[in-house]
This record gives sequence, C-alpha cells and structure tokens, in this order.
Amino acid sequence: MSLRVDLQIISDWIPDGARVLDLGCDNGTLLAHLQQRGVTGYGLEIDNSKFADCIKAGVNVIQADLDQGLPQFADQSFDFVILSQTLQAIKRPDFLLQEIARVGKQGIIGFPNFGHWQCRLQLALGGHMPLSRTLPNEWFETPNIHLCTVQDFDKLCTDKDIQVLSRSIVNHEHKDTLGTRLLPNLFGQIALYQIKKK
Amino acid sequence: MPETIPVDSVGLVTPITLHIDTPITLECGRTLPNYDLIYETYGELNANASNAILICHALSGDHHAAGYHSMDDKKPGWWDSAIGPGKAIDTNKFYVVSVNNLGGCKGSTGPTSINPETNKAYGPDFPFVTVSDWVNSQAVLADKLNIQQWAAVVGGSLGAMQAMQWAISLPERLRHVLIIASAPKLSAQNIAFNEVARTAIKSDPDFHNGHYTEHNTLPRQGLGLARMLGHITYLSDEAMGQKFGRELRNDTIHYDYDVEFQIESYLRYQSSTFVERFDANTYLLMTKALDYFDPAKDFNDDLAATVANIQARSLVVSFTSDWRFSPARSQEIVDALLSAGKDVIYAEIEAHQGHDAFLMPIPRYIDIIETYMQQVAKECEDV
Repeated sequence: MSLRVDLQIISDWIPDGARVLDLGCDNGTLLAHLQQRGVTGYGLEIDNSKFADCIKAGVNVIQADLDQGLPQFADQSFDFVILSQTLQAIKRPDFLLQEIARVGKQGIIGFPNFGHWQCRLQLALGGHMPLSRTLPNEWFETPNIHLCTVQDFDKLCTDKDIQVLSRSIVNHEHKDTLGTRLLPNLFGQIALYQIKKK
Repeated sequence: MPETIPVDSVGLVTPITLHIDTPITLECGRTLPNYDLIYETYGELNANASNAILICHALSGDHHAAGYHSMDDKKPGWWDSAIGPGKAIDTNKFYVVSVNNLGGCKGSTGPTSINPETNKAYGPDFPFVTVSDWVNSQAVLADKLNIQQWAAVVGGSLGAMQAMQWAISLPERLRHVLIIASAPKLSAQNIAFNEVARTAIKSDPDFHNGHYTEHNTLPRQGLGLARMLGHITYLSDEAMGQKFGRELRNDTIHYDYDVEFQIESYLRYQSSTFVERFDANTYLLMTKALDYFDPAKDFNDDLAATVANIQARSLVVSFTSDWRFSPARSQEIVDALLSAGKDVIYAEIEAHQGHDAFLMPIPRYIDIIETYMQQVAKECEDV
C-alpha cells in the first residue's frame, strides 16, 4: 500500500516501536502503516463514518473532538503526537499546539502554507480569498477557519515556548525544490514540523 | 407473529435449563445451595471452542435474545436485530450464548422460584444479587459448556456492566468486550430514578411487603408506574416528540383524567403489558444490582487501576441522545482504558432514540458492531 506523500514523510520520522497518538486519524491509514513496524497507540477522529475502515485496519480509534484538547491523556504519555492537515480546522490552534507538546515527547504537525505565492497573488491582485489544490473550499463553506503561514507558525512556536526540531516545507507534490529551500514561506505549499516543549 | 421464519433469523429456539448443585456464595454474604440457569444458544461451537459469544441482558431483558419460541410469537428475541445468520453477531460464525440472570423471573432461579429450605417461593427473601454474582454464575455456565475463553462478552446498559465486570474479574477468560450504552457506576440521578421506581412498587397496597403471590395478587399499579418512569428515561424528548408529539387519541380535549394524549396511551399500554410478564421482586433486585455496581470501589475509586488487569480488547459505544447513560459516562470508561494503555475503540453514535438506541438497528451502529465482530471472527480461526 503506498502512502500519501506527507504521511510518508511523517512515517519516516517515527522510529519502530514508538508510542503514537494520531489526531484526526481519518480512516487509520497512517497508524495501520506504522503498526507494521511495531508502532502502537491510538487515533482520534471526530467523524465515525471512517471507523469501519479503522477497525478493519486494526487501528484503535477513539471518537473525540480535538477542540476540547487532550484532557484524557497524561503529560508526555506518547513518543509522538501527530496532527496532519487538521490544524487549520481547529477552533484554537494555539491551545491544541500546547496540548500536543504536553502529551507528546515530540509533536509532528502538518498544515497548508497560506503564505504561498499563489495565495498571496490571489488576495493581492485577484482581490478574493485564495483557492488552491490544498485549500479547495470557498471561504463561506471552508472547514479551514484558522489558516496560517510558515512565518505565523514559527512565531506561535516561539511565543508558546515550543522548540522546532526540524521542518520540511514542500510543494503540492510534497517535493522540496530550490524555491522551497530558499524561500519556504513563499514557495512551500505544505509545511511539516517536528516540535517539542522547551 | 411470523408466518415464515425470516432467512436471517436463528429460527425457532428452545431454552435449556442447567441445574447447578454446587452452592454459590453471593456478594451479599448469603449462599444459594443450588440454582437453575436458563439459557439459549444460537450457532455452533467450533472444534477448539474459540468462537463463543456471551450476551448479557439489561434490566428487564432475559435469555431470549434472538429467534422465536413458537410460530405464535408476536416478536422475536430482544436483540434479534443484531444476532442471526449474516447479522452483526453472525451465528454462521459464532456460537452465541444468552442467559437469564440469577434473580430473574424467566426461568433462572429468582424470587418466583421455590426456596428448597421452605418449599415456598423465595419472594422478597431472595438474596440480593450483584453484577459480580452474575459474572460468577455465568462462568459456571461457561465451564459446563466447555468454554474456557469467550471470543467476546457483549452487553448494553446493565448488560454492559456485566461485560465490563467479566473483563475486570476474569481477564483471561475473554478476548473482546463490547460495552454499549453504559456507565462505570450509577450517578445520584440514576439511583434517584431507581428509588422512585422502587417506592412506586413498595407503596402499592397489593405489594404486601413482597408477598403478593401468597395474597393471589400483583402490585400492578406500582410495577406499572415503575415501568412508565423507566420508559421515560429510556427515550429522549426528541424521540417521544417524533413518535407521539401532542397527538390526541380522540380529536378533542375532554377535561377529564382518562387517556387523552397518545403518549399517555402508550405509557399505560407499556405498563399494563409489563406487569403481566415481569415480577416485581425481580424488578426491585435488578434496580439494586444497578445501584450497587461500582467496580472501582475495590480499587480506591481509581477506574484506571480497576481496568489495569483487563486483557480483552474493548469496543465502547454510546449514543448522543442517551441521557440515562450519556456519552460522557462511556467516556469515563474509555479514559480509564486509555490511561491504562489498553486496546480500545470508542464510537459515539448520532441517534435520537435515547438509551433505547442500543436495541435499535441504527445503520452506523450496526456497521461498527458488525465490522468489529468480523475481526473477532477472523481471530477465532487463529486461536
């Protein structure tokens, strides 16, 4: 089974046998993949229409609303807490980021970069809210209520005493190019961060 | 009544009574010198006895969970929507066992049974039974059926409390536990409802301190009231509104106390049929068993420590409109299992039917149970 590219990058960051909490685990693809390498843990998901897939894949899925934080989990109780392509749909991303850093020894966070030049161009010259492959919904119907740029996220981490261990900023094909390396906030479409509490 | 048995039904079933001569000492300290357990089975036990499922019933349930006793039956067993060939709990794959609990009134030893010491019915002198007592007696049945380990123990409401107790008390004897629409213990409000029900029964002049049989009567009024109250707590405001609204039985209001609204008619009908099929002393006992259930009391009220020895994987399910055992109560169980690092799946099903939703064929709910049980069935082959 081939994995979506961002999930492959995340998977590569996680060592065999780690204890993992996957926030917004969808149909359990990432956890099912990781479990083949002895990784254990849970997936949290608000939409139970995907639960049959999770069950078939042998994934421990827990119905939960991430806007409530992670009160059911103790401090530093997982090696990794993963949040992929969900941060922008959270009511208080700052609160959840702190929860991730509290519960996980490390956090892995992936989000669409709103600072990409196409987004900037659509707003600056087109005069309308940006639409893209990673952000396809119109402003009035989008679940993505808290979009941010790479620069914004860096600042949030600094403000909340969160250390960025590494980051991977790539284009929509999840490849890094000269542009994404030199000017990530302008040329990166997807940002993936590894973070921990300072 | 079925003119023909549906193809996905277990069909006509005959209950079996197991007489047990080994005394059982109950949690209350009293001992039953011998007792009967009545049960039904559906499907076939496989060669290595690895495909057995125990179904635990709720407050007013019994051993008749699926199929029909005769072609004259108006309705099949209480969980026929989930148990049968090709159904969520597939009797082509599983050997399903469903037993009437001790203290019941449908064939297992209970208040209506003859006390061998007095040769009279136990009546109100039947000892108090608890969820742990039921688990212990069900384990005796498992031994008799040569089932060392259940593939799964399954229950809803009070049935789920038995399933949970199995996983806690006899961890090596089950591989999966399904805890549906339940709670780790009753809240003050839950106990309060039970106390109103008991007061209704006990204050009926025909109750005679539980000796109504000797007076050739039944506390119909009291038990009926208890059932009415129960029914209100099993349904949601929305479900009642959808089903009855403010609909009148006749077209006009009569300014009297006869049945005017359809909901009144429904409650009266439910209570009048219930009093003919259920024993008031059993009802009292079952509500006390609910009140007493609190497995964490032996673990300094630490639920995570209580579930620490569980070996089974858990599926916990709740329903959005269930206010008797709300999703928050199921989450207490889930949180304990999570903090103990156990394998657990938790689903909160969108449903308007209230607590009764656990008995309904709600597609998302049935799909999750069915998918889970298919995984359980696959493992049975490997055991």
